[in-house]
Amino acid sequence: MENEKQLEQFEAKINADSKIEPKDWMPEDYRKHLIRQISQHAHSEVIGMQPEGNWITRAPSLRAKLILLAKIQDEGGHGLYLYSSCETLGISREELIEQLHNGKAKYSTIFNYPVLTWADVGAIGWLVDGAAIVNQISLQRTSYGPYSRAMVRICKEESFHQRQGYEIMGKLALGTPEQKEMAQDALNRLWWPTLMMFGPHDADSAHTGKAMKWKIKRETNDELRQRFIDKTVQQAEIIGLTMPDPELKWNAEKNKYDHGKIDWEEFKRVVNGDGPCNKKRMDNHLKAHDEGAWVREAATAYAAKQVKEQVVA
Amino acid sequence: MTKQEALFSYCLRLGDNSLILGHRLSEWSSKAPIIEEDLALTNMALDLIGRSVAILKYAAEVEGKGHTEDDLAYRRPERKFYNNLLVEQPNGDFAVTIVRQFFNSTFEYLLYEELMKSKDETLAGIAAKTIKEIKYHLRHATDWMLRLGDGTPESHLRAQKALNDMWMFTDELFEMNEVDEILIKEGITVDLNMLKANWSKKINEVILESTLTVPTSTFMQTGSRQGIHSEYLGYIIAEMQYLQRAYPNAKW
Ligand SMILES: [Fe+2]
Ligand SMILES: [Fe+2]
Ligand SMILES: [Fe+2]
Repeated sequence: MENEKQLEQFEAKINADSKIEPKDWMPEDYRKHLIRQISQHAHSEVIGMQPEGNWITRAPSLRAKLILLAKIQDEGGHGLYLYSSCETLGISREELIEQLHNGKAKYSTIFNYPVLTWADVGAIGWLVDGAAIVNQISLQRTSYGPYSRAMVRICKEESFHQRQGYEIMGKLALGTPEQKEMAQDALNRLWWPTLMMFGPHDADSAHTGKAMKWKIKRETNDELRQRFIDKTVQQAEIIGLTMPDPELKWNAEKNKYDHGKIDWEEFKRVVNGDGPCNKKRMDNHLKAHDEGAWVREAATAYAAKQVKEQVVA
Repeated sequence: MTKQEALFSYCLRLGDNSLILGHRLSEWSSKAPIIEEDLALTNMALDLIGRSVAILKYAAEVEGKGHTEDDLAYRRPERKFYNNLLVEQPNGDFAVTIVRQFFNSTFEYLLYEELMKSKDETLAGIAAKTIKEIKYHLRHATDWMLRLGDGTPESHLRAQKALNDMWMFTDELFEMNEVDEILIKEGITVDLNMLKANWSKKINEVILESTLTVPTSTFMQTGSRQGIHSEYLGYIIAEMQYLQRAYPNAKW
């Protein structure tokens, strides 16, 4: 009885577009879905630091190096901020990281692709951060208060990243023939994996139903993907790059671009661990975690000694 | 050596110290013990590389050959880099990075406080802007010296080993040559010998408070004032300069 009443109140709030806050009652499924989604988002920010991080020491100018360093720090900050949001649901960061390590929690498949050239760094900012923004702007209206506020804060920085990435691509595309080739190659390799970031088609998406009903998600995978395609195609044209999709065409009737088939077999493979860099990313995260254990222990031991001294004094 | 040549060379020394240490710290990205520390180390890298941009830009101006800060960072060969050997040493474990930072930030704090009073307005301006960052770097390194030294038996051992291993690079920080002689006379820089006693006092205090021991070994490395480095620098330069060297006509 009690539960039914609470559920009614909860759904009334959702329907009225009020935010759910940490202390409010919420169905266990709502909590679980949020933990899965927010932690996946947090892990993506953190694992996403690795592919670009590859290029800090090789960035081709001091200015490019500073921008890249700052961007990667922003992503780490987003990760921290999202871990905190997730902790309001009653789970600790240690547990979340444990779930990443044992494979229970996932991160975005895009970060399992290698960043091979400097153009890939530009393409990531342009495409991957560009895709992230579309998703995150939509999530600013998510029903869970802490998650919604995190998205508002993060979106501003993501749009800087997108512009900086596009600037790199523009310089390459309008540069020497070798640079242009580098840019086109990056677009060819990263376009399709970027489209996969939005997840399976609505008809095949396991989690969309309740998530939409509870307004965790506000728009479907396909809606978001379409918005991303529509804004990005023109940006490629402006700098003279060609989209690696011969079926990509403006559909005047539907007022949107039609696109070719996404290789969902590849998506499944990469989600389930068999992408080019899954092992490398996880090994690196585990290695840093293990090698840092003695440092974390030292900090804890030192802090405990300080508390003791204070008590004695 | 003219005053202009001395100033150019001095700016390279300052700029290279910032750039190379920034490079090393940036290598910690996605490798630190916790995210907060990942961000702290790479944020210091950002400070240092940012400072190197300002100084190398000024160096290029003083040189007067139409070069840019990027030309100086990306097209100079390893024998023409003048950073101290300390800052090019590999990151090692977290203790090595902290000790390297602690030695260097203590030194930089004393040096840049003096440079704020330099008769060269550009250097004085850069010093005034950078001193706040250096204070933060020093506090960060000092806090970690205490935690590592007085943390667990393992962290204590690692911190002591790092102190012992980095010790031989500390004398070079205070080495001077003709460049310093000329610029001291001009009131542009300070006599590094005058900073040494203060440096020793400060680091001794922290090392003792960390329950660690000040190394007593007297063997000291030298060479960077002549552009003679450890073998590590060549790899840093190769990595850093690769794109500019591979595509000499490209703009990025
Ligand atoms: Fe991101
Ligand atoms: Fe982000
Ligand atoms: Fe971003």
